[in-house]
Amino acid sequence: MFDKILIANRGEIACRVIKTARKMGIKTVAVYSDADAQALHVQMADEAIHIGPPPANQSYIVIDKIMDAIKQSGAQAVHPGYGFLSENKLFAEALEAADVAFIGPPAGAIESMGDKITSKKIAQEAGVSTVPGYMGLIEDAEEAVKISNEIGYPVMIKASAGGGGKGMRIAWNDDEAREGFQSSKNEAANSFGDDRIFIEKFVTQPRHIEIQVLADQHGNCIYLGERECSIQRRNQKVVEEAPSPFLDEATRKAMGEQSVALAKAVGYASAGTVEFIVDGERNFYFLEMNTRLQVEHPVTELITGVDLVEQMIRVANGEPLTMTQDDVTLTGWAIENRLYAEDPYRGFLPSIGRLTQYRPPIEVAAGPMAEAGTWHGDAPEGETAVRNDTGVYEGGEISMYYDPMIAKLCTWGADRPAAIEAMRNALDGFEVEGIGHNLPFVAAVMDHEKFTSGNMTTAFIEEEYPDGFEGVTLDDGQLRQIAAACVAMHRVAEIRRTRVTGRMDNHTRRVGNNWVATLQGEEFAVAVAADQSGADVSFDDGSVMRVESDWTPGQTLARVSVDGAEIALKVRKITGGFNIRFRGADLKVHVRSPRQAELAKLMPEKLPPDTSKMLLCPMPGLIVKVDVEVGDEVQEGQALCTVEAMKMENILRAEKKATVTKINAGAGDSLAVDDVIMEFE
Amino acid sequence: MKDILNELEDRRNAARMGGGERRIASQHAKGKLTARERIELLLDEGSFEEFDMFVAHRSTDFGMEKNRPAGDGVVTGWGTINGRMVYVFSQDFTVLGGSVSATHAQKICKIMDMAVQNGAPVIGLNDSGGARIQEGVDSLAGYGEVFQRNIVASGVVPQISVIMGPCAGGAVYSPAMTDFIFMVKDSSYMFVTGPDVVKTVTNEVVTAEELGGASTHTKKSSVADGAFENDVEALAEVRRLVDFLPSNNQQKAPTRPFFDDPARVDSSLDTLVPANPNTPYDMKELILKVADEGDFYEIQEDFAKNMITGFIRMEGSTVGVVANQPMVLAGCLDIDSARKAARFVRFCDAFDIPILTLVDVPGFLPGKSQEYDGIIKHGAKLLYAYGEATVPKVTVITRKAYGGAYVVMSSKHLRGDFNYAWPTSEIAVMGAKGATEIIHRADLGDEEKIAQHTADYEDRFANPFVAAERGFIDEVIMPQSTRRRVCRAFASLRTKQAKMPWKKHDNIPL
Repeated sequence: MFDKILIANRGEIACRVIKTARKMGIKTVAVYSDADAQALHVQMADEAIHIGPPPANQSYIVIDKIMDAIKQSGAQAVHPGYGFLSENKLFAEALEAADVAFIGPPAGAIESMGDKITSKKIAQEAGVSTVPGYMGLIEDAEEAVKISNEIGYPVMIKASAGGGGKGMRIAWNDDEAREGFQSSKNEAANSFGDDRIFIEKFVTQPRHIEIQVLADQHGNCIYLGERECSIQRRNQKVVEEAPSPFLDEATRKAMGEQSVALAKAVGYASAGTVEFIVDGERNFYFLEMNTRLQVEHPVTELITGVDLVEQMIRVANGEPLTMTQDDVTLTGWAIENRLYAEDPYRGFLPSIGRLTQYRPPIEVAAGPMAEAGTWHGDAPEGETAVRNDTGVYEGGEISMYYDPMIAKLCTWGADRPAAIEAMRNALDGFEVEGIGHNLPFVAAVMDHEKFTSGNMTTAFIEEEYPDGFEGVTLDDGQLRQIAAACVAMHRVAEIRRTRVTGRMDNHTRRVGNNWVATLQGEEFAVAVAADQSGADVSFDDGSVMRVESDWTPGQTLARVSVDGAEIALKVRKITGGFNIRFRGADLKVHVRSPRQAELAKLMPEKLPPDTSKMLLCPMPGLIVKVDVEVGDEVQEGQALCTVEAMKMENILRAEKKATVTKINAGAGDSLAVDDVIMEFE
Repeated sequence: MKDILNELEDRRNAARMGGGERRIASQHAKGKLTARERIELLLDEGSFEEFDMFVAHRSTDFGMEKNRPAGDGVVTGWGTINGRMVYVFSQDFTVLGGSVSATHAQKICKIMDMAVQNGAPVIGLNDSGGARIQEGVDSLAGYGEVFQRNIVASGVVPQISVIMGPCAGGAVYSPAMTDFIFMVKDSSYMFVTGPDVVKTVTNEVVTAEELGGASTHTKKSSVADGAFENDVEALAEVRRLVDFLPSNNQQKAPTRPFFDDPARVDSSLDTLVPANPNTPYDMKELILKVADEGDFYEIQEDFAKNMITGFIRMEGSTVGVVANQPMVLAGCLDIDSARKAARFVRFCDAFDIPILTLVDVPGFLPGKSQEYDGIIKHGAKLLYAYGEATVPKVTVITRKAYGGAYVVMSSKHLRGDFNYAWPTSEIAVMGAKGATEIIHRADLGDEEKIAQHTADYEDRFANPFVAAERGFIDEVIMPQSTRRRVCRAFASLRTKQAKMPWKKHDNIPL
């Protein structure tokens, strides 16, 4: 076995590889750019070598720099992680030349699977199902109809030179094919000056399902089941799970066997992934093969108990696989949510900066990994597993130079509902502050009916959140839970206030038992009967909720038992109550005495200012330049001002034609998010 | 006998109705609560004891003798906030527009005198149309009496003003002399001369909101220390502030039970200061992580944001925080920030509230406008305030402490009790580049040499150790242990005794 390996990557994947290497008794070498000098992977590795400035093309993907680091450290093998150099044939070759093992597939496999057309051809030859289509020149509409019939409806008629939906038609029958061919051709001729047309199968209700394969250098290859990654935003996977709620055993077997055939066809040796698109009838078609460790590999590990990184290292060391296909069993269900530093309330705009708070839920070991002894670290054992693969820490930084991923939070349960429920709770207990992040969004997905029913396609986010994400509305039962919890918490905080020094003896304040909680536009009048261990909160409809918690004022995470249900609330104090975040909802909860509540009702409801006629600062930054003056008429797209943030100059442009009525900031002003820069009419 | 008792109740009920249902409804329609409703929200439930419910004016001009409502437009008395006594007056806009008559002023004076005598804060809820014109000079005399009491009470008991409606003309000068002014957004304004007069005299067209609304006074003029969304929130926040303040200048600030370990280590602070000395970071994060339970009551949040002022608790006891904010103007000192901090430091000193100063200051803001507007005198206010303060003073330098600004920010030389520095601090006469260009003027043309000199200067002076060698820094501390170190420092200073020589009063550069 290797004594020392170098990880040519950063962030969570570097940390994850280090964990396995450490377990195997292998020393690790990290590489880092200037931006990562304080990064977690650098702290975790046995050695760390600086490889240059922050941009990846001056550090992490410069082959020479990695080769130098290998030489300097004496590492015998390199794990490339994903991204960066992981699917770079030249890198694999450079390592081979230097007699350093590449913990990944042979260069030839990388090359042949790296090209879309070649890979599809090889797949076809290996008997893998590919999207049926006709690539040759199509003469006329009648030929188009004939070909469409051969492929089977529905079909997509596409311009060879097409893009952006232009020259593209979907046909469900002969008439539509005939007509679609003609209009596509015309459009293509007009738009691209190239009227060549091809036809391929249109995949309805597409789902993204991929097969994990594992092959050694001795010709053995197995598949480790599938992962479903249909929940994507702009081709970026957000939620993954294993197994897929959609596949049956026969389809799984067929996909698995075809994937193994493909891996063998290219002489694959390492962990790899064959991606398929699957339609509503469970027809599956090859998309591409990823010749590396996938981001979402933990869900496979969680249901198989196989440490994929360990297997990759062993394969690279020339060891034969110690398991056969029959040894592979899929047990329980695993879900992964990718936490990104992207603000869901602002169109998923990347939000970089300092993690002022980063407190992931406590990891819990359970399921196949716990049983197989492949669990990383010493998490306590439980019924459902929580695994958090991360490369950051509280006080760390999400850098503008790299992928804005904060963590991969995974849960495992005996079945899908258990895994989902574990994920909901894990998300509720995950505290991330300082930057915008998609935690509320993935929490919302976990409660979405289409997700819980397993009935999703790759269009899920687009279809269910067409106007972006605006938070979640909680149901009556949840509101009551929160109201009861907040009243109990508020009461504790108020009683503490009465214990201040300097009170008038015998005239101290008595904190009452009747309260009114207002949240999400609902009002709950309750009476509290507190005892040693908690409180009974009675609602005016006669129902009573038992609340118990060890929460004390100042804690940002309240673990509360409401009628025996354990919930975790993210708590921030606001005037007269709390800001609560729970299950993707973000709401203000006011707790008032009945009289206070009565008077509060007299307060005018202030509508938030109409920001449609304002230019708001999209990020904290410095105004470098204002391009317009009061009274100017601006056109859509016209530059209004330049804001510098994180060394980047961002030009803010007019969204529509308008007249500038007021300018509130000038060059040199530093602004916070949502500060009004100028107003229009 | 029963009739007499009934008559009392009847009279009370009439007084409680203030200006009557119609005017109460009109007050509510403006989004404002009545004087009595406000008192209910300000004080502990049922704790209000009223004075002078039946006081009526004695004016006989302009037919005023026919309109003598009980209470005369202001409700006064005392009650408790979380069991601690406070005196309160609440002007009743529904009664003669809350206008100030001689008797109205007398009522206010009475509770102010009581407050000073008994050592409890005075809270004024202002909602008044101004002087009662019918009374003429009697009304002015009333204002004068109140002003005089504001001055006498200043530094003896905390005085808090909440502007919850109009406050115009001479009336503004009573709040102006109190310790804190809060406003309610959209329903309050303050100005010496209103939009009509402004228009007549200067031809400027301006709305009351623009001229003296909450936004103007919290962001531009700094007259107000904070603004809140509505009456309910404003009064809740005043209660919260009172929890921080001592009742008078003879008592220690209150303490309350706390749920935060004074020895809590926060390793994320080790990465708070960025590697690049020119990259800003948010000093508020340090304040929140040092404070008990992350609870911070900020004063003048929207004004001179390059300086942060406010109250926190450490081990349950109130501490005033003054901090440079590197996020704004690199945290430099300028006229506004010096004035803001100076007034805050003096409040803390007057009421025996220990001061924690967090320093990252590159110096004074240069420029013509600063010099023309008197940065010399305004900067001196902060220097003066720190130097005269005898309360416990703990200072933590996180990064830059350059030049005169280093001395100003509660340095050892101004009798700082504990002066800590993080390893990232640079205590020097100025930044390395500037210093090099002066010391090595001869090499100015040679970029390479200047770079070398700069690097040498950084090595030698861009650290806390030169100052620590001289004892100007008591200890260089790990950022993560800041809370523990500061808590212990203040704990050791609970018995601090420091005196100034007798003087009639000082002569701070106003």
